[in-house]
Amino acid sequence: MNVYLDNAATTRIDPRVLKAMMPYLSEKYGNASSIHALGQDNNLILEQTRAAIAGLLKAETSGLLFTSGASEANNYILRGIMSANKAKGKHLVVSAIEHPSVLQTARELSRAGYELDIAPVDADGRVDLKALKKIVREDTALVSVMAVNNEIGTIQDLEAIAQIAHAKGAYFHSDIVQAIPYLRLDLKKMGIDACSLSAHKFYGPKGIGASYVRPGIKINNLISGGEQENGRRAGTYNLAGIVGMGTALELAYKERSVYLKDVKLLRDYLWKSLKKEIPEIKLNGGLKYRSANNLNIRFGRIEGEAILMDLSLRGIYVSTGSACSAHNLKSSSVLSAIGLADYDLNCNIRFTLGRFNNKKEIDYTVKNLKKTVARLRAFSPVK
Amino acid sequence: MALNYTKKTVNHFLKPKNVGEVKNADAQIEVGNMVCGDQLSFSMKLKDGKIKDIKFLSFGCASNIATASLMTEKVKGMTIAQAKKFSWKDIVDDLGGLPKQKIHCSMMAVEGLQRLINSYEDRLKIKQA
Repeated sequence: MNVYLDNAATTRIDPRVLKAMMPYLSEKYGNASSIHALGQDNNLILEQTRAAIAGLLKAETSGLLFTSGASEANNYILRGIMSANKAKGKHLVVSAIEHPSVLQTARELSRAGYELDIAPVDADGRVDLKALKKIVREDTALVSVMAVNNEIGTIQDLEAIAQIAHAKGAYFHSDIVQAIPYLRLDLKKMGIDACSLSAHKFYGPKGIGASYVRPGIKINNLISGGEQENGRRAGTYNLAGIVGMGTALELAYKERSVYLKDVKLLRDYLWKSLKKEIPEIKLNGGLKYRSANNLNIRFGRIEGEAILMDLSLRGIYVSTGSACSAHNLKSSSVLSAIGLADYDLNCNIRFTLGRFNNKKEIDYTVKNLKKTVARLRAFSPVK
Repeated sequence: MALNYTKKTVNHFLKPKNVGEVKNADAQIEVGNMVCGDQLSFSMKLKDGKIKDIKFLSFGCASNIATASLMTEKVKGMTIAQAKKFSWKDIVDDLGGLPKQKIHCSMMAVEGLQRLINSYEDRLKIKQA
């Protein structure tokens, strides 16, 4: 049996999404910028999809542009807004638990002459609003806080953060990659001026995402040299990807209530079973402000990557943190930010459930994890 | 990240040799710690100048466990002089290679062996003094 519990890394594409994409990978191959019919037919589809996505997010259609994914969108928004709004100020604020495509970009900007402040979070990973109020200044151009954390699933109070940013005239950007469909989003009402998303996190294809920047906000290009996206982002439109993202987003919100109920039921069942079957485990972060598909668990006295590898050899796929932080083999900065002691940073496993999981898989996971943990603890030097 | 282990490495991870603690050990040491993410504990017993028994405990990743397992298997029966020459490259070669970012695991296992020997020799010197 293979059990995929790494849905925050990526999801399996929904067959309905793949089906919607296929014509644009075969007979409808026209370049949406071409003047002839094969191109213009696709241009219509492109603009219809853009309007549909903006509609689902309650955003203005002209502010939405397509990117290769959320990493590009985060880079574009942070670099583009900061460099185009120097008259407003050179101060940037991001939270301590942002994805590396925000955190790393922010650090690069600070080395390039911008001023950076990192907003602290509490033990659940929620931004400390009092601290944020003190950090945001008259010359803050942008505040960036992710909607749902990729490692521990923390849901932020986006409206309160937006208000704090706006009180000082700063723009508010949110990386909403992990929020779909877990949060109902109304960008306008919530005061989100800019956001980034990526289709493969909600059963769409990889390699396509979007950036939203409210019309009227000044922003510089990241990729120049083409008239696509009204000259704001060069590169041939990835129409199959765009159609796939549109379909995936539509399905995600159409089927949201049933999906959320199902995934939460399974997630809670997994946590309940683990607590019953395996001693010396702790949940990182709380359950109250957590997306319905996430568990991040600390296993006393044994190392996370060994657990991951042992489970992988049993056909169970999990993660030690974000796939990106696993890359440099350094422990998670998110877990550090929520206050875990240094010696607890290497004992953690992230389980992220999804649409295609079932109870049988959860039972199989618990049964095997119990064996994995007992095996590794049998020769742990930690008392 | 490319993190493909050889079959031999996987086997040593799944069925590690020489786990535990040697009784009445002649030397016992620890290398690494939980903060850096790898911790190994080694114990060793000698007889007639040869490593009669050597065991390990691990808080570490799959390659940490596998390299320690292979190392103990290889050096068992060696004289102290032979064990001193044992290199991390011997581990990597024997496993059929290790991912680049995991080479340090083999180095940590050998560091453990060298410290084990140092600890044994120190004790010997004190006894002889």
